[in-house]
Amino acid sequence: MRPEGRGELDSLYFTYPTFQAPERREHLAERTKVAIVGGGPVGLTAALTLARHGVASVLLEAKSTYNDGSRAICIARQSFHIFETLGVADPFVEKSLGWTTGRSFYRGRQILEFDMPDSADEKFRPMYNLEQQYIEQFLHEAAEASELIDMRWQSEVTGIRDSGDGAILTVRDPHGDYALPADWVLAADGARSPIRGMRGLRLKGENYEGRYVIADVRMEHDYPTIRRALFDPACRPGGTVLIHRQPDNIWRIDYQLRDGESAEDATREDNVRASVEGVLKEIGHDGPWDLEWWSVYSANTLALDDYRDGRIFFIGDSAHIVPIFGVRGLNNGLADAQNIGWKLARVLNGSADERLLGSYTPERRGATLDVFANASKSARFMTPPTRGWQVMRDAALSLALDHPFAGAFANPRQMTPYTYAQSPVTFADRDAFSGGPKPGAVARNVRLGDGWLSDRFGNGFSVLVFGTIDEPGAIMAADPDATVILLDAASDAARAYDATDGTAYLVRPDQHVAARWKQATAGDVAEALTAILSGKGAE
Amino acid sequence: MSISTLETVYERLAQAIDEAGRDRETMLLAKLALLLAERLDDPDSVLALIEEASKDLS
Repeated sequence: MRPEGRGELDSLYFTYPTFQAPERREHLAERTKVAIVGGGPVGLTAALTLARHGVASVLLEAKSTYNDGSRAICIARQSFHIFETLGVADPFVEKSLGWTTGRSFYRGRQILEFDMPDSADEKFRPMYNLEQQYIEQFLHEAAEASELIDMRWQSEVTGIRDSGDGAILTVRDPHGDYALPADWVLAADGARSPIRGMRGLRLKGENYEGRYVIADVRMEHDYPTIRRALFDPACRPGGTVLIHRQPDNIWRIDYQLRDGESAEDATREDNVRASVEGVLKEIGHDGPWDLEWWSVYSANTLALDDYRDGRIFFIGDSAHIVPIFGVRGLNNGLADAQNIGWKLARVLNGSADERLLGSYTPERRGATLDVFANASKSARFMTPPTRGWQVMRDAALSLALDHPFAGAFANPRQMTPYTYAQSPVTFADRDAFSGGPKPGAVARNVRLGDGWLSDRFGNGFSVLVFGTIDEPGAIMAADPDATVILLDAASDAARAYDATDGTAYLVRPDQHVAARWKQATAGDVAEALTAILSGKGAE
Repeated sequence: MSISTLETVYERLAQAIDEAGRDRETMLLAKLALLLAERLDDPDSVLALIEEASKDLS
């Protein structure tokens, strides 16, 4: 919502372009290999991932521009790696605000300062803040530049039915309706996913009690990019407030509604202004400020049982809704898009069996359930659902004033990427390792000369070979798209990977480790690659 | 611990509950429980003792 007298797209800092529906109509109904429904960050990332692997797609967006307000603002390190593989990281690095530190306060006194893991071996910071409109703009500009992405604005999907070898979408735009046949459909149409509804599928899980207003304000405010959490502040007794800095002097303020306070009342402009004023006073901001945008939010942990329905894959919020506290909504959506993107591309370009797609749900739903486990803990701390949780939360906060151990309860558990340990295409260790990224985990980054190990990863699978390996040609025979990266067996990289001469790691296009061997032969690597691409997997 | 030593704890706790007052006594006891649990560093015992304390409440 916006203040009285300002339109939905009347932003203080962002000029919304208007994108027209396609003018040229003759090719609209041509069959496409992939139709992506929803042109938000997740749909755009899916289209860019497919394009990176040479696969064309049609991207349908019902609206005529980017998101009306900034919803998701925290982009995690691994998402920056996704952007980098898509060749779009530069504008994100330039515009966003990186951060590593969070501070929690109880009744005005700091009880915890935490730092997320960071080092010179990391190319990107653990977290970046950037308004969602920019996220969409930067991805969209890259999509515009790609000949393989046919993005159609003002194009709403009003129907979907199965055909033998795909699905047929009914698309409505201001010029008329048409039927679009597609081999595969990626539903990136958000939390209220119309596709999900049309398929009769329902999200399952829990709703939490706590509701928040999220408001963006513009102000000159001197505080570093540090996430602040205020528990039981004077401006909102018993409630919780979160404060994030964003680019363009925009600040995100999330504040919890009181019990019995209706969302309707709370989102009235005068109430939002009064509440924001109270928060700003609490953090010592006496200067002027402008209200940009606000919305209301409640914490849910909801997911589909299966992220696939025939030829349709659900990616992002259409498949799962997670509480904001772990900042995994957008970030997990981007990981979904990358995950299905490279797998579908390999199937469509004929270099992988369709069975590979069977690994999408276990991997990405597994990641969602992992978020649920952590985010539920955070949600219960941020907004205790019952008296018992409230008593213990308050006890921990009160103790934390003088006992640092209790401050750790207030850590928001902002998460590291999920480990696909149970995936059908992750291979358990044959050889013993005492360190290094485990099978299914994200590969570890290491400083390498002027750059980082991640700079050397290929577009497809990468094979890290420490020291020497016999007949490396066998790897390329199994997968011509693979990139073999030779590393010194006595380097920092070798230590990070617990590697000796002859150790190898097989790293997927999404940088997760598929398999590793302390003493590898090229045949071992080739066999694993073949098993993944054939869909036979790790059985 | 001798009964007289334990009695000292018992008496101090009674006073502290009164000092905290009805609105704050739960917070006091919850904080104390967390402090004792952290000091004891024996989660299995603490969880078993929570079960013990939950018996015969009425």
